[in-house]
Amino acid sequence: MPTQKIDLKAVQDDFKARIARVKRRVVICAGTGCVANGALDVYHALADAIAARKLDVVLALNEEKDSDAYVSKSGCQGFCQAGPLVTIEPEGYLFCKVRPADVSEIVEETIIGGKPVERLVYKHPANGQLYAKRDEIPFYQRQNRHVIGDCGVLDPENLDEYIARGGYEAARKAFVEMTPETVCEEIQVAGLRGRGGGGFPTGTKWQLTLAQESAKKYVICNGDEGDPGAFMDRSLMEGNPHRIIEGMMIAARAIGADEGYVYVRAEYPLAVQRVRKAVEEAALAGLLGDDLFGTGLSFELFVMEGAGAFVCGEETALIASIEGERGMPRPKPPFPAQSGLWGKPTVINNVETLATVPLIIEQGSSHYRTMGTEGSPGTKTFALTGHVVNTGLIEVPFGTTLREIIFEIGGGVTDRFGNPDPHGFKAVQIGGPSGGCLTAEALDLPLDFESVKGIGAMIGSGGLVVMNQDTCIVQVARFFMQFTQKESCGKCVPCREGTKQMLALLDNIIEGRADESTLPLLEDLAIAVRIGSLCGLGKTAPNPVLSTLRYFRDECQAHVVQKRCPTGQCKALAQPEIIAPLCKGCGACIRKCPVNAITGEKRQPHVLDASLCVKCGACAQVCKFNAIVGV
Amino acid sequence: MCTETATRKFEKVCQILDLHQRDPSKLIPILQEVQKVYRYLPEEVQAYIATGLGLSPAKVYGVASFYANFSLEPKGKYVVHVCDGTACHVKGSSLIKEALFKKLNLSTEKKTTEDMMFTVEAVSCLGACGLAPVMTINDKVYGQVTPEMAAGLIDEIADEEKK
Ligand SMILES: Cc1cc2nc3c(=O)[nH]c(=O)nc-3n(C[C@H](O)[C@H](O)[C@H](O)COP(=O)(O)O)c2cc1C
Ligand code: FES
Repeated sequence: MPTQKIDLKAVQDDFKARIARVKRRVVICAGTGCVANGALDVYHALADAIAARKLDVVLALNEEKDSDAYVSKSGCQGFCQAGPLVTIEPEGYLFCKVRPADVSEIVEETIIGGKPVERLVYKHPANGQLYAKRDEIPFYQRQNRHVIGDCGVLDPENLDEYIARGGYEAARKAFVEMTPETVCEEIQVAGLRGRGGGGFPTGTKWQLTLAQESAKKYVICNGDEGDPGAFMDRSLMEGNPHRIIEGMMIAARAIGADEGYVYVRAEYPLAVQRVRKAVEEAALAGLLGDDLFGTGLSFELFVMEGAGAFVCGEETALIASIEGERGMPRPKPPFPAQSGLWGKPTVINNVETLATVPLIIEQGSSHYRTMGTEGSPGTKTFALTGHVVNTGLIEVPFGTTLREIIFEIGGGVTDRFGNPDPHGFKAVQIGGPSGGCLTAEALDLPLDFESVKGIGAMIGSGGLVVMNQDTCIVQVARFFMQFTQKESCGKCVPCREGTKQMLALLDNIIEGRADESTLPLLEDLAIAVRIGSLCGLGKTAPNPVLSTLRYFRDECQAHVVQKRCPTGQCKALAQPEIIAPLCKGCGACIRKCPVNAITGEKRQPHVLDASLCVKCGACAQVCKFNAIVGV
Repeated sequence: MCTETATRKFEKVCQILDLHQRDPSKLIPILQEVQKVYRYLPEEVQAYIATGLGLSPAKVYGVASFYANFSLEPKGKYVVHVCDGTACHVKGSSLIKEALFKKLNLSTEKKTTEDMMFTVEAVSCLGACGLAPVMTINDKVYGQVTPEMAAGLIDEIADEEKK
C-alpha cells in the first residue's frame, strides 16, 4: 500500500486554521443510544434546514472559506438518557431529546442568534432548574472525563481532527524520544492498572513481555466487552478509535512488537466499522506500517470481529479465537506474556487501558497520579444503568463513592414508572457476572480495586446497574447464574456442572421447592466452583450468589422458609389476596380469571379461592382499585 | 482443489476462501462471510469449507457450533434480538420477549416463523444499556421498548411485506 509520511505539526496547523474559519460548531451525538433515538434524522433535518436558510455551513472541513457553522457527528456524549443530544460550540450549549421538528428553531435561535433554545435545555427533574451549558449540568459537572471526554466532541472518522487535538504526539514521543524501557517505566510509575476487570499493573505486564527473547511479539486489544450492562469500551471504539490505535502503538514500542490485533465483539457492528476505518486511514497516513516516524520500526494492525462467546473475553480464549479455534481458555502459566498468540510473547490489554496510555505518555505519570487513589490512580469509566434517573456513560476518579455516582451524577433512583423515588434504592450491581450486589451500606465506600474486592465484589469492567425496591434480589442472582451457565465453555467440570446445579438450586428457591438445606448447599457449591474452575469465568461466577447470600440473607430466607417473595416478583410464590375494604365488587376480575377462582356478588367484596388460583396475575392487572395484592 | 460442478455451486464460497488465501487460521472470518451469503451455515457448505482449508469437517463444525453468532439453521428474513443483559433484564425485557413470542406464535425452542419471515432470539447485552430495554431488528437498534411497541413494529414490517 502506498503510504505517505505524515507531518503531525502541519496537520495540526492546517486543521486549526480551518476550524478557526467557522463561527459555530454543531456536534450531533451519533453514539448507538442517540442513533437508536433518531439522531441521524436530526442530522439530516439540520443539514436541510441550514441549506434552506442559505447559510454558509459546511458538513466537512475541507473548504477554504469562512462559514457560519460546521455540523459534525461525534461518538457517545454520555448522557444517553437525554438523547438525541446536540452540542453547540463555542458556547457549550447542550440540547436534549432533539427531534427533527426542533431544528429550525436551533438554526434561528442558536446558529444565527447565538442563544440557547430554552425548550430544549436540560431541566433538573427535582427542582426544575434549567441548565443551558453542558458543563454546568450536575451529570457532567461532577465527572472527570479524562479518557472519554474527546469521545463526545471529535468526529471519530476524521484523522486530522484527532491529530489536531494532539493525537499521535504520544506515539511519536514513545518511538522517537523514548526507549522500550523508559516507556514501560513511565506506565509502571503511573500505576496504571488493567481495566478489563483484574486490575493487573500494566507496566509490570509490559516489562515481563519486553524481557522475553523473541523476534516476533504481538499486541492485542481486547474489545470483547462481554459483561452485560457495560458499554464503556464500545463507546471508546466508536467515539475515539484513533486513541486506541495510538495506545497499541505505544504498547508495541514498549515490548518490541511489530504486529497487533483489535478483537471487537460482533454485537458492536458500528465499532467494528469505525475501528476498521481508523486503521485504514492511519495506515494510509503512514502512522501504521513500516518505518514509523523515521525510526525503521514497523507495526501492522489487523481488526478481527468476534463471533459471540462471552468466554472469548478471557485472554487465552481470545487468543485461541484469533487463531481460528474454539474460544476455550487454557491453564496459566504460561502467561500470554511468555507464550501468547501463535506461541509468541503477547501483550493483551483492554480497550480503556490502551486508551489511557497515550494520555500518560503525553502528560506524564505524575500528572496521572494526581487523580484517583494511591493504590488505584487515575479515572474509571462506568456505564450507569438500571433504575436511575440519568443513565449513561460516566467517568470519575477512583475513590469516588457510589453515593456520589448514583445520587449526584445519576440524579437518584427511579420507581417502576421511571419517576424519581428518594427512598427507592435497594442495591447496585457492580462488576457484572463476576461482581455482586451491594446494599445501601456500601454507598459510602470509595470505589477502587481494593475496597470493592474487600466486600466480596469486583470493579470488573465498570457496569453499574442500579436496582429499586421492586427488584427481587434472588432473581438477579439467578439471572447472572443463568448467564454464566450458558456461557460456560464446558471445558472444566466444576464450572460446567457446578453452574448448572447452582442454577437448579436458585430455581428451587424461586419456585418454592427449597428447604433449610438449600442455602447451605448453595454456599458450599459456590465455594467449590470458585476453587475448582479453570479460568476467571468459573472462578468468579459464584460471586453474585455469594454476595446475595451475604447481604440479602433475610430476603433469601423469606423465599425458603415462608415461601414468600418480599417484592412479589416471584410468580410461583405469589399469595394473591383481595383487600375487602378496597374492592368495589365491579366483577372485572371475575370475568378475567381464566380458572374461575374468584367469586362474589355485584357491589360486594369478592373472594379469591387460593386453591384454584394459578397466580397468573390477570386479576390484579384489570383491577382499577388496586384491591388485589400479592401477585 | 474444486471440481468443476462444485466450483459453480459454491462459487461465492470459493471466492471467500481465496480472499483469505485458504488459510485455516482465518476459519472464523471465513465462516462469518459465508454466513452473510447464506444467512446460516448449511452442512454441505461447512464440509466444502473443510475440504478447501484442509481441515476435518468435525473441526469446522466444532468452531461453527461453539460461537453463538453462527447459525446451523436457516433464519427468518427479519432477525429480532431482544436484549437480555442486566440493565434490560431489570427493566422488564422478558415481557417484551413474551409479547413477541405470543404475537408470532414462537417459543425458546421454535425461534423462526413458518413463513421464514421472523426469527426472535434473546441475546446478551447489545451495549445500548442506557436505553434499556433494547431490541434490534436486523441490526437497527430500538430503545426504551414496551411490549406494545415491539408488537407494533412487527405489524409494520408484516404490512410492508404484504405490499
Ligand atoms: C470470563 C472472562 C471474561 C473476560 N472478558 C473481558 C472483556 O470482555 N474485556 C476485557 O478487556 N477483559 C476481559 N477479561 C479479562 C482478560 O482476560 C484480560 O485480563 C484483560 O483483557 C487484560 O487487559 P487489562 O490488563 O488491560 O485489563 C475477561 C476475563 C474473563 C475470565
Ligand atoms: S443490558 Fe441490554 S443493552 Fe446492555
